[in-house]
Amino acid sequence: MSQALTAAAGMGLDSGLSLRASLDPVPADVVMVNDSESPDRRRAVWMAAAQAGDRRAYERLLADSVALIRATARRQGVASDSLDDVVQETLLTVHRVRHTYDPSRSYDAWLSAIASRRAIDALRRRGRRDSRELHDDYALNRHPDADDASVATESGQRAQRLHEAIAELPPGQREAVEQLGLRERTLSEASELTGRSAGALKVNLHRALKALRERFHGEP
Amino acid sequence: MPEQSSSHEALIDHLGTGLVPVRRLLPPWLRTAGWLLAVLALAAGLLLHYGAAPMLRRWAATPDLAWAGIGAAITAICAAWAAFALGVPGRRAAWAWLPLPGALLWIGASGLGCLRTWIAPGTQLAGLHQTADCLLFIIGFSVPLSALLIVLLRRACPLRPVLTAVLVGLASAAASASLLEICHAYDSAATDLLTHALAVVVVVAVNAAMGGRLLSKA
Repeated sequence: MSQALTAAAGMGLDSGLSLRASLDPVPADVVMVNDSESPDRRRAVWMAAAQAGDRRAYERLLADSVALIRATARRQGVASDSLDDVVQETLLTVHRVRHTYDPSRSYDAWLSAIASRRAIDALRRRGRRDSRELHDDYALNRHPDADDASVATESGQRAQRLHEAIAELPPGQREAVEQLGLRERTLSEASELTGRSAGALKVNLHRALKALRERFHGEP
Repeated sequence: MPEQSSSHEALIDHLGTGLVPVRRLLPPWLRTAGWLLAVLALAAGLLLHYGAAPMLRRWAATPDLAWAGIGAAITAICAAWAAFALGVPGRRAAWAWLPLPGALLWIGASGLGCLRTWIAPGTQLAGLHQTADCLLFIIGFSVPLSALLIVLLRRACPLRPVLTAVLVGLASAAASASLLEICHAYDSAATDLLTHALAVVVVVAVNAAMGGRLLSKA
């Protein structure tokens, strides 16, 4: 794949590569020449081929450019959720202005300049949007998203496991947890309702909590 | 993430499908030369109409005017070159400083005109009516020269549209000011200098306001 692609790129060779190829002891092996070149130079050759209409070199070049665009955008301070927008807009600009690239110069510098500009555009757009929209972080934190299904399921499962564990406790301990822990009754109320002494309730609660802790966290 | 990269792949595939060979942009110096040809054509027209004799006579009497004219011409060439260089992505923004030496010569030599009454008391000074002509001349010639530069630059990709538009304004105002040298009926003075400065500021400001928008759409 790579060989076929580079050979295709070689068909649109500009003067720079022709010179290199003629200097190489094995001029027919264009692939080797390309592999030994710096990535920037390799992309420059691809772009020169793309300017001549070589589609495969062009697609290879654009795919190769995505990481560079992301790195440039990140350096400019673009948030990770906007990086892909910047990549897409930069690719569109590259397509529109590909005739402005001079193959004797650095492709990476040319691409980075375009990517930085698109990154700045994205930051400005975001700035404008943020200035229009109202954010209340306090309200946002106090009212968790009711529609978040995974959170709801997870807490439901946790409660279910706890109830099962309590049901499996010995009757005295279970009673103490239900009265003091779940219904939040005072010691004297619980003592009246169950007919057990406050001391017995306290001991049972202590033992129940210890048993539950052991069950859930493996702590003694 | 795989979803996003597949959308990039789709776009790359789409762009690859629409790929046609393109004609590469000529180097900035060559494009500058093209624009200067238009300026030279205007200069040739003015010289045919007015002749070179009055200009040379005036320059012989007051060499600082000749220096101001040369400074304006250098400014025009450098500003146009810088504008074309900035039209290519990846060129350094420092290109914008290129017109500075020429502009210093232009402003410095014209500034000497302010002292005209002390240096050469006998020279003919401009009246209010004539300075208005100067203003109209500079602005009038700047409009087509700016328009031509903007059309040429829209084929490029000026990533700093406003800075490029300021250079377009400077180039066309400086070129108009040097063309004015050919048919300037009188010598520089404080009023004249102010008019020129006003004209240059107007041309640069209009370009920055409008040209920036025109170029950013390119």
